[in-house]
Amino acid sequence: MNDKSKSIVGLVIFLALVIFPVLYNFAVGGAGPRPELELPEGESRCVEDKDFMTAHHMDLLLEWRDAVVRQGKKNYTSQAFGEIYEMSLTGTCMNCHTKRETFCTRCHDYADVDNDCWGCHVEPEGQ
Amino acid sequence: MNVFISLAAVVFLFLAGLLGAGAGLDALFGIVIPYIAIFLFLGGLIYRVMIWANVPVPFRIPTTSGQEKSLPWIKQSKLDNPSSTLGVIGRMALEILCFRSLLKNTKTELHEDGHVAYGSSLWLWLGSMAFHWSMLIILLRHIRLFIEPVPGAITFLHKLDGFLQIGAPVFYVTSFIFPIALLYLLFRRLGDPKLRYISLVNDYFPLFLLIGVGISGFWLRYISKTDIASVKELTVGLMSFRPVTPAAISPLFYGHLFLVCVLLGYFPFSKLVHMAGVFFSPTRNLANTNREAHHANPWDYPVKVHTYEEYEDEFREKMKAVGIPVEKE
Repeated sequence: MNDKSKSIVGLVIFLALVIFPVLYNFAVGGAGPRPELELPEGESRCVEDKDFMTAHHMDLLLEWRDAVVRQGKKNYTSQAFGEIYEMSLTGTCMNCHTKRETFCTRCHDYADVDNDCWGCHVEPEGQ
Repeated sequence: MNVFISLAAVVFLFLAGLLGAGAGLDALFGIVIPYIAIFLFLGGLIYRVMIWANVPVPFRIPTTSGQEKSLPWIKQSKLDNPSSTLGVIGRMALEILCFRSLLKNTKTELHEDGHVAYGSSLWLWLGSMAFHWSMLIILLRHIRLFIEPVPGAITFLHKLDGFLQIGAPVFYVTSFIFPIALLYLLFRRLGDPKLRYISLVNDYFPLFLLIGVGISGFWLRYISKTDIASVKELTVGLMSFRPVTPAAISPLFYGHLFLVCVLLGYFPFSKLVHMAGVFFSPTRNLANTNREAHHANPWDYPVKVHTYEEYEDEFREKMKAVGIPVEKE
Protein backbone atom coordinates (compact mmCIF):
# COMPACT_ATOMS: atom_id res chain seq x y z
CA MET A 1 0.00 0.00 0.00
CA ASN A 2 2.91 2.33 0.56
CA ASP A 3 6.60 2.07 -0.04
CA LYS A 4 7.62 2.31 3.59
CA SER A 5 9.97 -0.66 3.66
CA LYS A 6 11.79 0.50 0.52
CA SER A 7 12.00 4.02 1.89
CA ILE A 8 13.51 2.80 5.12
CA VAL A 9 16.10 0.73 3.24
CA GLY A 10 17.04 3.83 1.24
CA LEU A 11 17.22 5.93 4.38
CA VAL A 12 19.47 3.41 6.13
CA ILE A 13 21.82 3.33 3.13
CA PHE A 14 21.96 7.11 3.12
CA LEU A 15 22.62 7.31 6.85
CA ALA A 16 25.40 4.76 6.51
CA LEU A 17 26.98 6.93 3.78
CA VAL A 18 26.74 10.08 5.90
CA ILE A 19 28.26 8.51 8.99
CA PHE A 20 30.85 6.67 6.91
CA PRO A 21 33.74 8.81 8.24
CA VAL A 22 32.74 7.96 11.82
CA LEU A 23 32.46 4.24 11.04
CA TYR A 24 35.71 4.24 9.09
CA ASN A 25 37.67 6.00 11.83
CA PHE A 26 36.19 3.56 14.32
CA ALA A 27 36.97 0.54 12.13
CA VAL A 28 40.63 1.48 11.71
CA GLY A 29 40.87 1.68 15.49
CA GLY A 30 40.60 5.42 15.91
CA ALA A 31 41.99 7.85 13.37
CA GLY A 32 45.65 8.51 13.92
CA PRO A 33 46.54 11.69 15.75
CA ARG A 34 48.14 14.63 14.03
CA PRO A 35 51.72 13.58 13.24
CA GLU A 36 54.55 14.98 15.29
CA LEU A 37 57.22 16.71 13.23
CA GLU A 38 60.90 16.35 13.95
CA LEU A 39 62.06 19.93 14.28
CA PRO A 40 65.73 20.76 13.75
CA GLU A 41 67.69 21.04 16.92
CA GLY A 42 69.47 24.27 17.72
CA GLU A 43 67.13 26.41 15.60
CA SER A 44 64.42 28.58 17.11
CA ARG A 45 62.70 29.70 13.92
CA CYS A 46 62.31 29.16 10.16
CA VAL A 47 62.90 31.79 7.47
CA GLU A 48 59.51 33.33 8.24
CA ASP A 49 57.30 33.01 11.32
CA LYS A 50 55.67 29.69 12.17
CA ASP A 51 52.06 30.58 11.27
CA PHE A 52 53.12 31.80 7.85
CA MET A 53 55.27 28.74 7.24
CA THR A 54 52.60 26.19 8.19
CA ALA A 55 49.95 27.80 6.02
CA HIS A 56 51.93 29.36 3.17
CA HIS A 57 55.17 27.39 2.75
CA MET A 58 54.05 26.29 -0.72
CA ASP A 59 53.66 29.92 -1.80
CA LEU A 60 57.16 30.67 -0.59
CA LEU A 61 58.59 27.64 -2.42
CA LEU A 62 56.87 28.64 -5.65
CA GLU A 63 58.08 32.21 -5.24
CA TRP A 64 61.63 30.94 -4.76
CA ARG A 65 61.35 28.65 -7.76
CA ASP A 66 60.22 31.50 -10.00
CA ALA A 67 62.86 33.87 -8.64
CA VAL A 68 65.70 31.40 -9.06
CA VAL A 69 64.73 29.62 -12.25
CA ARG A 70 63.12 32.43 -14.21
CA GLN A 71 64.82 35.56 -12.88
CA GLY A 72 68.19 34.22 -11.82
CA LYS A 73 68.01 35.73 -8.33
CA LYS A 74 69.75 34.03 -5.45
CA ASN A 75 68.93 35.72 -2.17
CA TYR A 76 65.69 36.08 -0.21
CA THR A 77 65.21 38.64 2.54
CA SER A 78 62.99 37.36 5.31
CA GLN A 79 59.95 39.60 5.73
CA ALA A 80 59.59 38.75 9.41
CA PHE A 81 63.22 38.80 10.50
CA GLY A 82 65.10 40.74 7.81
CA GLU A 83 67.77 38.09 7.50
CA ILE A 84 69.05 37.09 4.06
CA TYR A 85 68.78 33.49 2.93
CA GLU A 86 69.83 31.66 -0.20
CA MET A 87 66.74 30.52 -2.11
CA SER A 88 67.37 26.81 -2.27
CA LEU A 89 65.20 23.86 -1.28
CA THR A 90 68.03 21.42 -0.80
CA GLY A 91 70.57 24.01 0.34
CA THR A 92 68.51 26.11 2.73
CA CYS A 93 65.31 24.25 3.71
CA MET A 94 66.88 20.84 3.87
CA ASN A 95 69.95 22.12 5.60
CA CYS A 96 67.82 22.16 8.76
CA HIS A 97 64.95 19.84 7.87
CA THR A 98 67.34 17.14 6.77
CA LYS A 99 64.95 14.25 6.27
CA ARG A 100 61.73 14.70 4.35
CA GLU A 101 60.28 11.50 5.83
CA THR A 102 60.30 13.00 9.32
CA PHE A 103 59.13 16.45 8.27
CA CYS A 104 57.46 17.11 4.90
CA THR A 105 55.98 13.69 4.33
CA ARG A 106 54.34 13.34 7.75
CA CYS A 107 51.95 16.25 7.33
CA HIS A 108 51.57 15.72 3.60
CA ASP A 109 50.52 12.13 4.15
CA TYR A 110 48.19 13.13 6.96
CA ALA A 111 46.41 15.76 4.85
CA ASP A 112 46.77 13.62 1.71
CA VAL A 113 48.50 16.40 -0.20
CA ASP A 114 50.85 15.57 -3.03
CA ASN A 115 54.05 17.49 -3.50
CA ASP A 116 56.03 17.25 -6.69
CA CYS A 117 59.32 18.62 -5.31
CA TRP A 118 60.94 15.21 -5.57
CA GLY A 119 60.23 14.81 -9.25
CA CYS A 120 63.32 16.97 -9.84
CA HIS A 121 65.03 17.57 -6.50
CA VAL A 122 67.07 14.91 -4.80
CA GLU A 123 67.12 14.61 -1.05
CA PRO A 124 70.63 15.54 0.06
CA GLU A 125 72.52 12.66 1.62
CA GLY A 126 74.52 12.60 4.82
CA GLN A 127 74.11 16.19 5.91
CA MET B 1 14.06 42.66 -2.48
CA ASN B 2 14.15 38.88 -2.04
CA VAL B 3 17.61 38.91 -3.56
CA PHE B 4 18.99 41.49 -1.16
CA ILE B 5 17.47 39.85 1.93
CA SER B 6 19.07 36.54 0.96
CA LEU B 7 22.41 38.09 0.12
CA ALA B 8 22.45 40.08 3.38
CA ALA B 9 21.54 36.95 5.37
CA VAL B 10 24.42 34.96 3.88
CA VAL B 11 26.92 37.79 4.35
CA PHE B 12 25.75 38.17 7.95
CA LEU B 13 26.11 34.43 8.62
CA PHE B 14 29.57 34.34 7.11
CA LEU B 15 30.70 37.31 9.18
CA ALA B 16 29.16 35.76 12.29
CA GLY B 17 31.36 32.68 11.84
CA LEU B 18 34.42 34.70 10.90
CA LEU B 19 34.20 37.31 13.65
CA GLY B 20 32.77 34.91 16.23
CA ALA B 21 35.73 32.56 15.91
CA GLY B 22 38.06 35.55 15.76
CA ALA B 23 36.62 36.72 19.08
CA GLY B 24 37.45 33.43 20.75
CA LEU B 25 34.28 31.42 20.19
CA ASP B 26 36.19 28.62 18.38
CA ALA B 27 34.55 25.94 20.47
CA LEU B 28 31.06 27.22 19.62
CA PHE B 29 31.68 27.49 15.86
CA GLY B 30 34.06 24.53 15.62
CA ILE B 31 32.36 21.96 17.85
CA VAL B 32 28.88 22.85 19.14
CA ILE B 33 27.37 24.24 15.96
CA PRO B 34 28.72 21.48 13.65
CA TYR B 35 27.21 18.81 15.93
CA ILE B 36 23.86 20.65 16.08
CA ALA B 37 23.95 21.05 12.30
CA ILE B 38 24.57 17.37 11.60
CA PHE B 39 21.87 16.43 14.10
CA LEU B 40 19.38 18.78 12.39
CA PHE B 41 20.42 17.44 8.98
CA LEU B 42 19.98 13.77 9.81
CA GLY B 43 16.99 14.20 12.12
CA GLY B 44 15.22 16.52 9.71
CA LEU B 45 15.87 14.24 6.77
CA ILE B 46 14.54 11.18 8.61
CA TYR B 47 11.47 13.18 9.65
CA ARG B 48 10.74 14.36 6.11
CA VAL B 49 11.36 10.96 4.52
CA MET B 50 9.19 9.12 7.06
CA ILE B 51 6.30 11.49 6.28
CA TRP B 52 6.67 10.70 2.58
CA ALA B 53 7.14 7.00 3.25
CA ASN B 54 3.74 6.86 4.98
CA VAL B 55 1.90 8.31 2.01
CA PRO B 56 -0.24 5.57 0.41
CA VAL B 57 0.75 4.51 -3.09
CA PRO B 58 -2.23 2.47 -4.30
CA PHE B 59 -2.01 2.96 -8.05
CA ARG B 60 0.56 3.37 -10.77
CA ILE B 61 0.64 6.78 -12.41
CA PRO B 62 1.17 6.14 -16.12
CA THR B 63 2.61 9.56 -16.93
CA THR B 64 5.10 8.45 -19.50
CA SER B 65 6.68 9.55 -22.68
CA GLY B 66 6.89 6.19 -24.42
CA GLN B 67 4.96 3.16 -25.58
CA GLU B 68 3.75 0.97 -22.74
CA LYS B 69 4.08 -2.80 -22.78
CA SER B 70 1.45 -4.10 -25.17
CA LEU B 71 1.19 -6.74 -27.88
CA PRO B 72 4.42 -8.56 -28.72
CA TRP B 73 4.80 -6.86 -32.10
CA ILE B 74 4.51 -3.36 -30.63
CA LYS B 75 7.89 -2.19 -29.40
CA GLN B 76 7.87 -1.16 -25.76
CA SER B 77 9.83 1.85 -24.62
CA LYS B 78 11.50 0.07 -21.75
CA LEU B 79 13.13 3.04 -20.03
CA ASP B 80 10.41 5.61 -20.55
CA ASN B 81 7.55 3.29 -19.77
CA PRO B 82 8.97 0.39 -17.76
CA SER B 83 6.90 -2.59 -16.71
CA SER B 84 9.55 -4.21 -14.51
CA THR B 85 11.54 -3.22 -11.44
CA LEU B 86 14.75 -3.26 -13.47
CA GLY B 87 13.24 -0.80 -15.93
CA VAL B 88 12.16 1.45 -13.06
CA ILE B 89 15.67 1.36 -11.62
CA GLY B 90 16.97 2.37 -15.04
CA ARG B 91 14.49 5.24 -15.31
CA MET B 92 15.27 6.44 -11.78
CA ALA B 93 19.02 6.19 -12.36
CA LEU B 94 18.76 8.30 -15.49
CA GLU B 95 16.61 10.81 -13.62
CA ILE B 96 18.94 11.06 -10.62
CA LEU B 97 22.27 10.91 -12.42
CA CYS B 98 21.40 12.71 -15.64
CA PHE B 99 18.38 14.88 -14.70
CA ARG B 100 16.38 13.61 -17.63
CA SER B 101 13.23 15.57 -16.77
CA LEU B 102 15.27 18.74 -16.87
CA LEU B 103 16.75 17.72 -20.20
CA LYS B 104 13.21 17.79 -21.59
CA ASN B 105 12.84 21.39 -20.45
CA THR B 106 11.28 23.54 -23.17
CA LYS B 107 11.02 27.26 -23.60
CA THR B 108 7.87 28.99 -24.77
CA GLU B 109 8.26 32.26 -26.58
CA LEU B 110 5.68 34.68 -27.92
CA HIS B 111 7.04 36.33 -31.01
CA GLU B 112 6.22 39.86 -32.11
CA ASP B 113 3.93 38.76 -34.90
CA GLY B 114 1.84 36.86 -32.35
CA HIS B 115 2.92 33.29 -33.00
CA VAL B 116 4.03 31.06 -30.16
CA ALA B 117 7.21 29.05 -30.50
CA TYR B 118 8.42 26.15 -28.41
CA GLY B 119 12.04 25.09 -28.34
CA SER B 120 14.26 22.92 -26.26
CA SER B 121 16.23 24.81 -23.65
CA LEU B 122 19.33 23.06 -22.42
CA TRP B 123 21.05 25.77 -20.39
CA LEU B 124 19.23 25.02 -17.15
CA TRP B 125 20.06 21.33 -17.54
CA LEU B 126 23.68 22.09 -18.29
CA GLY B 127 24.00 24.48 -15.34
CA SER B 128 22.38 21.99 -12.99
CA MET B 129 24.55 19.11 -14.16
CA ALA B 130 27.69 21.19 -13.78
CA PHE B 131 26.67 22.34 -10.31
CA HIS B 132 25.43 19.02 -8.90
CA TRP B 133 28.27 16.87 -10.22
CA SER B 134 30.96 19.28 -9.12
CA MET B 135 29.29 19.47 -5.72
CA LEU B 136 29.39 15.67 -5.46
CA ILE B 137 33.07 15.58 -6.38
CA ILE B 138 33.83 18.39 -3.92
CA LEU B 139 31.97 16.53 -1.15
CA LEU B 140 33.80 13.30 -1.90
CA ARG B 141 37.22 14.86 -2.02
CA HIS B 142 36.57 16.57 1.33
CA ILE B 143 36.50 13.07 2.83
CA ARG B 144 40.30 13.20 2.92
CA LEU B 145 39.94 15.67 5.78
CA PHE B 146 37.53 13.45 7.72
CA ILE B 147 39.24 10.09 7.83
CA GLU B 148 42.71 8.82 8.48
CA PRO B 149 44.31 6.99 6.69
CA VAL B 150 42.85 8.24 3.41
CA PRO B 151 41.69 5.46 1.07
CA GLY B 152 43.21 5.29 -2.40
CA ALA B 153 39.89 5.98 -4.12
CA ILE B 154 39.62 9.43 -2.51
CA THR B 155 43.23 10.24 -3.36
CA PHE B 156 42.56 9.15 -6.94
CA LEU B 157 39.49 11.39 -7.11
CA HIS B 158 41.21 14.55 -5.95
CA LYS B 159 44.22 13.85 -8.13
CA LEU B 160 41.85 13.50 -11.07
CA ASP B 161 40.19 16.77 -10.10
CA GLY B 162 43.59 18.42 -9.97
CA PHE B 163 44.89 16.87 -13.19
CA LEU B 164 45.76 20.28 -14.62
CA GLN B 165 48.58 20.45 -12.04
CA ILE B 166 48.54 24.21 -11.79
CA GLY B 167 50.13 25.82 -8.76
CA ALA B 168 50.47 24.64 -5.20
CA PRO B 169 48.17 23.59 -3.73
CA VAL B 170 47.01 22.09 -6.99
CA PHE B 171 44.08 23.85 -8.66
CA TYR B 172 40.93 21.74 -8.77
CA VAL B 173 38.75 21.94 -11.86
CA THR B 174 35.63 21.73 -9.70
CA SER B 175 36.66 24.79 -7.65
CA PHE B 176 36.09 26.72 -10.84
CA ILE B 177 33.03 24.91 -12.24
CA PHE B 178 31.11 24.97 -8.94
CA PRO B 179 30.89 28.75 -8.41
CA ILE B 180 30.51 29.45 -12.13
CA ALA B 181 27.56 27.05 -12.42
CA LEU B 182 25.98 28.57 -9.31
CA LEU B 183 26.44 32.10 -10.64
CA TYR B 184 24.78 31.01 -13.87
CA LEU B 185 21.84 29.59 -11.90
CA LEU B 186 21.62 32.87 -9.97
CA PHE B 187 21.77 35.12 -13.02
CA ARG B 188 19.27 32.92 -14.80
CA ARG B 189 16.80 33.81 -12.04
CA LEU B 190 17.74 37.47 -12.11
CA GLY B 191 17.87 37.84 -15.88
CA ASP B 192 14.44 36.52 -16.82
CA PRO B 193 11.62 38.85 -15.60
CA LYS B 194 9.11 35.96 -15.44
CA LEU B 195 11.46 33.88 -13.37
CA ARG B 196 12.44 36.78 -11.14
CA TYR B 197 8.75 37.44 -10.45
CA ILE B 198 8.21 33.92 -9.05
CA SER B 199 11.54 33.69 -7.19
CA LEU B 200 11.35 33.78 -3.40
CA VAL B 201 13.81 34.20 -0.56
CA ASN B 202 13.99 30.43 -0.29
CA ASP B 203 15.12 30.29 -3.92
CA TYR B 204 17.85 32.90 -3.53
CA PHE B 205 19.03 32.03 -0.04
CA PRO B 206 20.32 28.50 -0.85
CA LEU B 207 21.99 29.86 -3.99
CA PHE B 208 23.82 32.57 -2.07
CA LEU B 209 24.62 30.12 0.68
CA LEU B 210 26.22 27.67 -1.76
CA ILE B 211 28.04 30.49 -3.53
CA GLY B 212 29.28 31.64 -0.12
CA VAL B 213 30.50 28.14 0.73
CA GLY B 214 32.17 27.86 -2.68
CA ILE B 215 33.90 31.23 -2.57
CA SER B 216 35.04 30.92 1.05
CA GLY B 217 36.40 27.44 0.29
CA PHE B 218 38.15 28.76 -2.79
CA TRP B 219 39.61 31.62 -0.78
CA LEU B 220 40.79 29.26 1.91
CA ARG B 221 42.52 26.93 -0.51
CA TYR B 222 44.08 29.31 -2.98
CA ILE B 223 44.36 32.77 -1.46
CA SER B 224 44.43 33.13 2.31
CA LYS B 225 45.49 29.68 3.39
CA THR B 226 45.34 28.06 6.76
CA ASP B 227 47.16 25.11 8.27
CA ILE B 228 45.40 22.16 6.66
CA ALA B 229 46.79 19.66 9.19
CA SER B 230 45.14 21.63 12.01
CA VAL B 231 41.87 21.67 10.04
CA LYS B 232 42.09 17.92 9.70
CA GLU B 233 42.77 17.64 13.41
CA LEU B 234 39.47 19.47 14.02
CA THR B 235 37.38 17.46 11.54
CA VAL B 236 38.83 14.11 12.56
CA GLY B 237 38.20 15.11 16.17
CA LEU B 238 34.56 15.81 15.35
CA MET B 239 34.24 12.49 13.55
CA SER B 240 35.73 10.48 16.39
CA PHE B 241 33.88 12.39 19.16
CA ARG B 242 37.08 13.81 20.63
CA PRO B 243 36.64 17.39 19.44
CA VAL B 244 39.51 19.86 19.53
CA THR B 245 39.95 23.38 18.17
CA PRO B 246 43.60 23.84 17.21
CA ALA B 247 44.78 27.42 17.57
CA ALA B 248 46.45 27.56 14.15
CA ILE B 249 43.13 27.62 12.24
CA SER B 250 42.27 30.98 10.74
CA PRO B 251 38.88 32.66 11.35
CA LEU B 252 38.15 32.40 7.61
CA PHE B 253 37.90 28.64 8.05
CA TYR B 254 35.21 29.13 10.69
CA GLY B 255 33.32 31.44 8.33
CA HIS B 256 33.38 28.64 5.73
CA LEU B 257 32.44 26.00 8.30
CA PHE B 258 29.56 28.05 9.70
CA LEU B 259 28.05 28.50 6.22
CA VAL B 260 28.30 24.73 5.73
CA CYS B 261 26.59 24.18 9.10
CA VAL B 262 23.78 26.55 8.16
CA LEU B 263 23.44 24.69 4.87
CA LEU B 264 23.22 21.34 6.68
CA GLY B 265 20.68 22.56 9.21
CA TYR B 266 18.61 24.31 6.56
CA PHE B 267 18.74 21.42 4.10
CA PRO B 268 15.88 19.16 5.29
CA PHE B 269 13.46 22.04 5.78
CA SER B 270 13.90 23.69 2.42
CA LYS B 271 13.62 22.93 -1.27
CA LEU B 272 17.10 21.41 -1.07
CA VAL B 273 15.49 18.28 0.33
CA HIS B 274 14.72 17.33 -3.30
CA MET B 275 17.87 15.26 -2.81
CA ALA B 276 15.64 12.77 -0.95
CA GLY B 277 12.42 13.83 -2.64
CA VAL B 278 13.57 12.84 -6.12
CA PHE B 279 13.37 9.20 -5.02
CA PHE B 280 9.68 9.71 -4.25
CA SER B 281 8.71 10.98 -7.72
CA PRO B 282 5.59 8.92 -8.34
CA THR B 283 5.64 9.41 -12.09
CA ARG B 284 9.19 8.07 -12.22
CA ASN B 285 9.42 5.34 -9.57
CA LEU B 286 6.43 3.17 -10.42
CA ALA B 287 6.38 0.51 -13.11
CA ASN B 288 3.47 0.91 -15.48
CA THR B 289 1.61 -2.34 -14.83
CA ASN B 290 -1.85 -0.84 -14.92
CA ARG B 291 -2.99 -3.20 -17.67
CA GLU B 292 -1.20 -6.40 -16.76
CA ALA B 293 -1.96 -6.42 -13.04
CA HIS B 294 -5.08 -5.54 -11.07
CA HIS B 295 -4.48 -2.73 -8.63
CA ALA B 296 -7.30 -2.76 -6.06
CA ASN B 297 -7.75 0.33 -4.02
CA PRO B 298 -6.79 -0.97 -0.57
CA TRP B 299 -9.13 1.33 1.31
CA ASP B 300 -12.22 0.49 -0.74
CA TYR B 301 -14.96 -0.44 1.71
CA PRO B 302 -17.62 -3.01 0.74
CA VAL B 303 -20.33 -1.05 -1.09
CA LYS B 304 -23.88 -1.79 0.07
CA VAL B 305 -25.83 -2.85 -2.99
CA HIS B 306 -29.54 -3.30 -3.50
CA THR B 307 -30.07 -5.71 -6.39
CA TYR B 308 -33.11 -5.79 -8.64
CA GLU B 309 -34.19 -9.11 -7.13
CA GLU B 310 -34.20 -7.58 -3.64
CA TYR B 311 -36.02 -4.53 -5.01
CA GLU B 312 -38.68 -6.70 -6.56
CA ASP B 313 -39.03 -8.70 -3.35
CA GLU B 314 -39.59 -5.44 -1.51
CA PHE B 315 -42.12 -3.91 -3.88
CA ARG B 316 -43.68 -6.97 -5.58
CA GLU B 317 -47.17 -6.46 -4.23
CA LYS B 318 -47.22 -2.76 -5.02
CA MET B 319 -45.87 -3.41 -8.54
CA LYS B 320 -48.53 -6.03 -9.22
CA ALA B 321 -51.21 -3.69 -7.90
CA VAL B 322 -50.39 -1.02 -10.53
CA GLY B 323 -49.83 -3.59 -13.28
CA ILE B 324 -46.02 -3.44 -13.62
CA PRO B 325 -44.67 -6.78 -14.89
CA VAL B 326 -42.56 -8.70 -12.39
CA GLU B 327 -40.04 -11.46 -13.01
CA LYS B 328 -41.05 -13.68 -10.14
CA GLU B 329 -44.68 -14.24 -9.32
